[in-house]
Amino acid sequence: MHGRLAGKKAIVTGAGKGIGAGIARKFVENGADVLVNYNSSGSKAEELVKSLNDLGSGKAFAFKADVSSVQEIKSMVQAALDEFGRIDILVNNAGMITRKNFVSLTEEEYDYLMTVNVKGPFFCCQEVVPLMLKQGKGSIINISSISGLAHPSSLTFPDYVASKAAVIGMTRSLAVNFGPQIRVNTVAPGAIDTDMLQLEESQLKRIAEEAFLKRRGTPEDIANACVFLASDEADFITGEILTVSGGRGMR
Amino acid sequence: MLENKVALVTGASRGIGRAIARQFAEEGASVAINYNRSEKEAETTLQEVRAAGANGITVRADISKKSEVEEMVRTVVREFGRIDILVNNAGVHFPVDFFETTEEMWNQTIDINLKGTFLCSREVAPLMLKLNEGRIINISSNSAMYHPSAMKFPDYVASKAGINGLTKALALRLGPAITVNAICPGAIVTEMTSFRNSAANDALKNETPLKRLGDPKDVADAAVFLASDMAGFITGELMLVTGGRGMHQ
Repeated sequence: MHGRLAGKKAIVTGAGKGIGAGIARKFVENGADVLVNYNSSGSKAEELVKSLNDLGSGKAFAFKADVSSVQEIKSMVQAALDEFGRIDILVNNAGMITRKNFVSLTEEEYDYLMTVNVKGPFFCCQEVVPLMLKQGKGSIINISSISGLAHPSSLTFPDYVASKAAVIGMTRSLAVNFGPQIRVNTVAPGAIDTDMLQLEESQLKRIAEEAFLKRRGTPEDIANACVFLASDEADFITGEILTVSGGRGMR
Repeated sequence: MLENKVALVTGASRGIGRAIARQFAEEGASVAINYNRSEKEAETTLQEVRAAGANGITVRADISKKSEVEEMVRTVVREFGRIDILVNNAGVHFPVDFFETTEEMWNQTIDINLKGTFLCSREVAPLMLKLNEGRIINISSNSAMYHPSAMKFPDYVASKAGINGLTKALALRLGPAITVNAICPGAIVTEMTSFRNSAANDALKNETPLKRLGDPKDVADAAVFLASDMAGFITGELMLVTGGRGMHQ
């Protein structure tokens, strides 16, 4: 598994913690250099970067940017270009959930979620696609969710579901538009043990039981899927949705 | 990535099956190469497995016949002691119009493609359950994803759609110990698809976002991923390897 991404330059958004941190770690372990983007998890991101640079494999640096701001996205992509000279892989992982009741969700809360979860990935792609086209090659991975699919027990929050379904559609369109140079794929995680999975013990148990593999996922499970999709071993795969959920939410 | 694993690959005398056997060998697995009639070609696959520094055997069986499947599995276990990975790849395809499809063609298509997948899975799964670990990978097709230009042959589509259903039902039935997934290749250049002329191939390339036909190695790389520890949380999945031609609905 060593060096599958050797020499590649990557941006991973929302990589200060959770799934994003897991992706950044696996990428560096596999020989990639990574811009670890964060918004509020500054100290976690700096700690992560330090430990990644101790691995003696790829290199990492942290960069603050709120993906809800197109201006900050442009700065982030420029920073990656300045540091790496090119961008081979973009992982749109930064995302949020409100867990607010549909009827009481405010317009502001809706707008912010849509901006982070959909507009952010959209404009990150817009910044990176011309570079990848010029390079002749690139790989984009958008992190959606089984909530973007149709499994009943992950459809609770219409705002979140809408945003994650949008990401899947966007991925398909980008794949059609920008092949053959750029491959664009979705990873749809199931329930992954991170800060974002704020549920009671009984709910966590039920979720694990629903999976055919009888457990919840880890950031590593998602990271491994991203390593595969980003690697040359996946170079005939585009427009695909790879569900990583232990069978929960199977279509 | 597959060090110390034992894999059984059906229909591995050529095409996608051979590429999978070779790639598994490169990754350190011992490989049992099943074939039915193509003994010489199976021997060539074995040479490639050995050239990669791996152990291998060839094992003849018509996988549409229960008794031959049983004997095949016995042979593999006798040689290697276990089976960690089963790739149900053996398949046939009669590229004739619906109204030219004979009953014999239908029977063979369903028996080898679908029944064979069922029989091999049923014979191997108990071994995997005993080890509390296993991987079953079924080779389906993007025909079963209903992409229009891949839907020309109803018997073939039916057999592959059946494999998709079997994959999902087995993922449910055999979890948590065993993961069961399918790879749905698009247009891959093999002997099976040599009936297409270059004009037909060009049309397919044009429809493909990645603007090329697939290589058996593209499918083999996906099989390695699904067989490896990297894919330990993936089950019931139908993975399209099509260059973007025909996407998940």
